[in-house]
Amino acid sequence: MAKALDAKPGPLEYSRRWPLRLWVGAVILFLYLPLASLVVFSFNDSRRTIRWEGFTLDWYGTMWNDSALIDAFTNSLTIAFISMLFSVVLGALTAIALWRFRFPGKGLFDGAVTLPIVVPEICMGVAMLVFFGQIVPWPRDLVWPFDLGAIIIAHITFSFPFVAVVVRARLASFNREMEEAARDLGASELRALWDVLLPHVRPALISGGLLAFTLSLDDFVITFFTSGPNTVTFPVKIYSMVRFSVTPEVNAASTVLMLITIALTAIGMKLQGRDLAQGH
Amino acid sequence: MNSAWNNSASGSRASFLAVITAPAAWITLFFVIPLSVIWAYSFGRTLGLTEVAVTGTLSNYVRVFDPVYLLIFAKSLVFAGLTTAVCLVIGFPYALAMTFASDRGKILLLLGIMLPFWTNLLVRTYALMAVMRTEGYINDAFGLVGLGPFEMLHTNFAVIVGLVYVHLPFIILPLYSTLDRMDRSLIEASLDLGAGHIATIFKVIIPIAKPGILSAIMLTFIPALGSYLTPDLLGGPDSQMIASVIERQFKRANDWPFGAALSFMLMYLTLLAMGLRAIQDRRAARTRSQGDA
Repeated sequence: MAKALDAKPGPLEYSRRWPLRLWVGAVILFLYLPLASLVVFSFNDSRRTIRWEGFTLDWYGTMWNDSALIDAFTNSLTIAFISMLFSVVLGALTAIALWRFRFPGKGLFDGAVTLPIVVPEICMGVAMLVFFGQIVPWPRDLVWPFDLGAIIIAHITFSFPFVAVVVRARLASFNREMEEAARDLGASELRALWDVLLPHVRPALISGGLLAFTLSLDDFVITFFTSGPNTVTFPVKIYSMVRFSVTPEVNAASTVLMLITIALTAIGMKLQGRDLAQGH
Repeated sequence: MNSAWNNSASGSRASFLAVITAPAAWITLFFVIPLSVIWAYSFGRTLGLTEVAVTGTLSNYVRVFDPVYLLIFAKSLVFAGLTTAVCLVIGFPYALAMTFASDRGKILLLLGIMLPFWTNLLVRTYALMAVMRTEGYINDAFGLVGLGPFEMLHTNFAVIVGLVYVHLPFIILPLYSTLDRMDRSLIEASLDLGAGHIATIFKVIIPIAKPGILSAIMLTFIPALGSYLTPDLLGGPDSQMIASVIERQFKRANDWPFGAALSFMLMYLTLLAMGLRAIQDRRAARTRSQGDA
């Protein structure tokens, strides 16, 4: 084995040829250098963000005491969590409807639930602005978290079609005979869906839910058009910080957000891996 | 019709309604209706600050063809096109390396592009701003060899770099899935018959993977065309793309009907690109099935 590793790369082992290795290395540097420097400078002991002046955790303290930033952060996590729950349910129902039934207007329904994936964010953003500004004005003075309703609805609308895509892909591998067996053994149709189909699509529900959470946490453009002065989310808050005052506090906040995303993804991959290992 | 619903007639209709009602209602109420309102507004004119009368006028669409706005549309198409071209050049070798890597290497290379992709768009853009600032590292590096400093941030160059940075995964993932499905014996045959690696890539791999490559190009071009944040934060006053103009009509200029018309022009361009991709995919599927026969 060791001999094989030392040998000249085989004809198809492109990944072991140095020009390609160099290229891949350069791409990785291009992608990671800016992010790495962002993290490093969140520990910089200087108001100006460009020269290294020594290590400090002060910016994380500043961030922790910045109540506007913490509020925005709480809002973002709340929105993402509620949006995730709704998106999983709506996405699974959409996928099952399209996979299981033939009905008049199916093409139309399919198109309507695919469109949010392809419509430019800005178009959806202005549609939400007009809808919640004029058609169904969302009251601005509701108690938390109901004042976030408009943003949550917008996020569910662009997230659940993605969940539907993930679940549909999983449904394609479902063995219909399993469901028929359940029906033969006396289960009602809904009961069969619930007991036989649901366990099969669970990995897709988990990764779809995670996708919905991340999409919601990441969204800036659509939220930017839906949010009011009292309903600021984390990306919207960072946006105004970047526009008006660039301090290492932004770096610290960004680092925390990156860590959360990475942790969530790792958890999701682990859960999914375990689920897949369990007899599928 | 009823037999088409499914094999078992009893309860089928009830469970169908149980499954479809919620998503159909949701998508109608919170997506179809809002977009229809924007569409209707694009044929209207402003009355008050946010009041719009839908009069059926086409004047908003006529205004879209004003040279000022045509130029912005052209610029957006050029930005998106350039971004896609650069992404393709950078991403193709990466996808190739991924295709022929070991299983573990594949996962690592995949994670390599997915981690930045999962990172918040705003965070990534902010990170780029720091790097490209006049006092940033790139200019530090230039300074070491006695060049610069160059004004990079708030230029069209910065916008392209930013768009490439953000859209690289959009091209690498579909490229990888195309290359991975390719019949390797064809590449081996080409190499055995004496073609070099470069010749093999251009004469064998690219022609075979062409439908997938075109599809990947569309998947990168479409989101790049509608970008808002990148030109807004990295660009200068002359790097506006369509989305920035739309935003201005809705948030500052308060000309909703014109903004609505611009939104729908962007939407039509997007749908056109999607349609081209669908036609391309269908043609590719047909040639493939003919090849099998």
